[in-house]
Amino acid sequence: MANLTINGKTFTLDVEPDTPLLWAIRENAGLTGTKYGCGIAQCGACTVHIEGVATRSCGVSVSEAEGKKITTIEGLASGDTLHKVQEAWIAQDVPQCGYCQSGMIMAVAALLSEKPKPTDADIDEAITNICRCGTFQQVREAIHTIASA
Amino acid sequence: MNKHISPRLNRRAFVIGTAAVGAGLAIGLDLPFGGPAVVRAADGSPEIGAWVVVRPDDTVVIRIARSEMGQGSLTGLAQLVAEELECDWTKVTTEYPTPGQSVARKRVWGDFSTGGSRGIRSSQDYVRKGGATARVMLIQAAADAWKVPASECAAANSVITHTPSGKTTTYGKVAEAAAKLSPPADVKLKDPKDWKLIGKGVKRLDTVDKTNGAMIYGADIKLPGMLNAAIKDCPVFGGKLKSFDEAKIASMKGVKKVVKVGDTAVAVVADTWWHAKTALEALPIVWDEGDNAKVSSESIAKWLAEGLNNDQPAYVGNKNGDAKAAIASAAKKVEAIYSYPYQNHATMEPMNATALYTADKCEVWCGTQNGEAAFAAVLEASGLPADKCDVHKVMLGGGFGRRGQTDYVRQAVMIAKEMPGTPVKLLWSREEDMAHGRYHPITQCKMTGAFDANNNLVALHYRLSGQSILFSLRPEALQNGMDPAAFQGVAQSGEAAFGYSVPNLLVEHAMRNPHVPPGFWRGVNVNHNAIYMECFMDELAQAAGQDPLEFRRKLMGNHPKHLAVLNAVAEKIGWTTPAPQGVYRGIAQVMGYGSYVAGAAEISVTDGSKIKVHRIVASTDPGYVVNPAQVERQIAGSFVYGLSALFYGGCTVKDGKIEQTNFDTYNSMRINEMPKVESVMVPSGGFWGGVGEPTIGVAAPAVLNAYFAATGKRIRSVPLRDQNITFA
Repeated sequence: MANLTINGKTFTLDVEPDTPLLWAIRENAGLTGTKYGCGIAQCGACTVHIEGVATRSCGVSVSEAEGKKITTIEGLASGDTLHKVQEAWIAQDVPQCGYCQSGMIMAVAALLSEKPKPTDADIDEAITNICRCGTFQQVREAIHTIASA
Repeated sequence: MNKHISPRLNRRAFVIGTAAVGAGLAIGLDLPFGGPAVVRAADGSPEIGAWVVVRPDDTVVIRIARSEMGQGSLTGLAQLVAEELECDWTKVTTEYPTPGQSVARKRVWGDFSTGGSRGIRSSQDYVRKGGATARVMLIQAAADAWKVPASECAAANSVITHTPSGKTTTYGKVAEAAAKLSPPADVKLKDPKDWKLIGKGVKRLDTVDKTNGAMIYGADIKLPGMLNAAIKDCPVFGGKLKSFDEAKIASMKGVKKVVKVGDTAVAVVADTWWHAKTALEALPIVWDEGDNAKVSSESIAKWLAEGLNNDQPAYVGNKNGDAKAAIASAAKKVEAIYSYPYQNHATMEPMNATALYTADKCEVWCGTQNGEAAFAAVLEASGLPADKCDVHKVMLGGGFGRRGQTDYVRQAVMIAKEMPGTPVKLLWSREEDMAHGRYHPITQCKMTGAFDANNNLVALHYRLSGQSILFSLRPEALQNGMDPAAFQGVAQSGEAAFGYSVPNLLVEHAMRNPHVPPGFWRGVNVNHNAIYMECFMDELAQAAGQDPLEFRRKLMGNHPKHLAVLNAVAEKIGWTTPAPQGVYRGIAQVMGYGSYVAGAAEISVTDGSKIKVHRIVASTDPGYVVNPAQVERQIAGSFVYGLSALFYGGCTVKDGKIEQTNFDTYNSMRINEMPKVESVMVPSGGFWGGVGEPTIGVAAPAVLNAYFAATGKRIRSVPLRDQNITFA
């Protein structure tokens, strides 16, 4: 059993402590917005925030995440008010297939909370998620739109 | 964007509704509660022809048979229908009919297959007619109610107006009456100059749920009582499963069952997928790898190289004059050998399908590029007839050609069949996905060009050796043993025609089919043919001492559409003006999927091994552009796919198995490597070309030709990773 605080809610889950957080979120807490892409912290599809830091949840165990504040894509908006990254993604039609975009959005949200006006170099350094559809151009444009708002 | 524009929600309602009236659909169009000849959607709203449902609140539901996998066809197809329907675009939503429903209605929605950049171009005619038919019926219903001739009425924005009197009504109000009318025998489609919605970069209809975690992909399916399966197929293609020791994992947490899947694979079914995967990794498995275990990349390369020799048999795909004789007597000859490796599609979402099997029914939920092929796989694997099976399509986490195959659907049904009444979701690990792709075919190409004394190109011999996709996947499409698709981009005519006139030309293919299964990998045979031809064109230009652009132009007089996109790209990148200090340019063109494309790159190279791509320019003539915003995204995405393959891709074979296992050994471009892509659209009208793939073909040769301009070195094999060349 483990207690995880996800999106402000406490989940008591029947899960072994060494289970990757990704699978506890998807299968035990039932929040499928966080995606499985590689399982080895390469692609970033599983990115969530742990204490506000963008983290690849496939590479973190449940025991490491216990007691920490976890935010997934489902918890990014404040009630009905979308996060500015979600708003920009909708306004600029960023996603193609969309599978990597939960992780991409979480990574960008973390970058913007740290650096509200990131340079291209900041973006290059912080956003390392794989997108096989190739939405990078729209991702970069949307980040700059948010930063200049 | 309005929340109600959600294909997911509407599709689900449709599935439930039509399941309830399935018998009615199966025997015809008459439903007891709808009156004669009315078919109703889940909420009771009437169909106005098979493609359109109109609700009382004027919401228009457009049926989409092709699959959305990010390419935007769902939105584009809705635009095509809405253009002719003259409906209010802000009230448009979409839904997927199921393949089972389509079969029961004599394939009323046509082909479900979504590949070959065909989504728009091969259904544009009948979906526009579907919209026009519904418009005519709705106008007729209003005219009947007003007792006026339909010819005095017109429709716009879902409002019907009787022009002489000024009376108006809406689609929602006359839908019931319209649904009872006989559809017109024939309808006239709009002249393209009158299009209002086609050609506009309207927003996609499926974005919102992709930003909040709500979009359901196959991997996200949840059904009551569902179990999860992880699978391992024999890592040597063609090998078999010999034995496994399930007692070793029987007591592991969550494990419910270990299932032999066909002759080649074993799956563990557990409460969660994590438990299933963990137990599968602990399961002792013995494989019978067979003779293919002796095959390696080296042995394949050697076999293909033999096919480059003229004494080996080959199929002729394009020919004029006598190339061999002209080469033998030429003043100057240039020769080069190129190669292109296997590539994995590496969709972000690994293969998966969820199946529920009972003695008299089998249903599958999955992302698929071909609903009808998935449906056929369910029939075959379940052994049940068509009226007892169905496939419920969900959003694809990438397709790129991989999800046109149905191996994962068949596996899911075979597993579910062992557990009747329990839904089972089969999800491949990334490692399984890398090991069991349907790979971009492997080829080599020897090209020989010959010049006369005045440096005119008089002959070209283009000799391919390597794998045929059709031989493996669609042998019925071979022509006397020849794979016509092998010549995509260098074909005599058709949708992927060669763009140059050479007095003596011979294009041929020595077919060599290694055991690694090939597949339709986004761009397909255009990819390597464009690299071979366009890089060699640069070599020929160099040999002739001519500018690469001018050299091409002289050969393209009889190919004005190819030439027009090449000129457009040259102008946009500023070919005739000097590049910035330290920056070098390359250019390429090809035709594929009915569209003409060209690309040009500006790069700089550090230490001969670090490439920075500063600019990419692409020009495209797809005939008509339905949604320019989505076409631009397909073009930018094509460069990411093509350049990822060039720099990082390539699957190698050792002991009969694929060596790459995950994104650490099969990398993909990131945002820091992404050049700025500038698209020039030059639609010339009069034809419909695809846009999801052709640009991939010019991505690599544009960069490789720029690399030569920068370094004086030719690169003739992919990926650059193997030559220690990477992004700066």
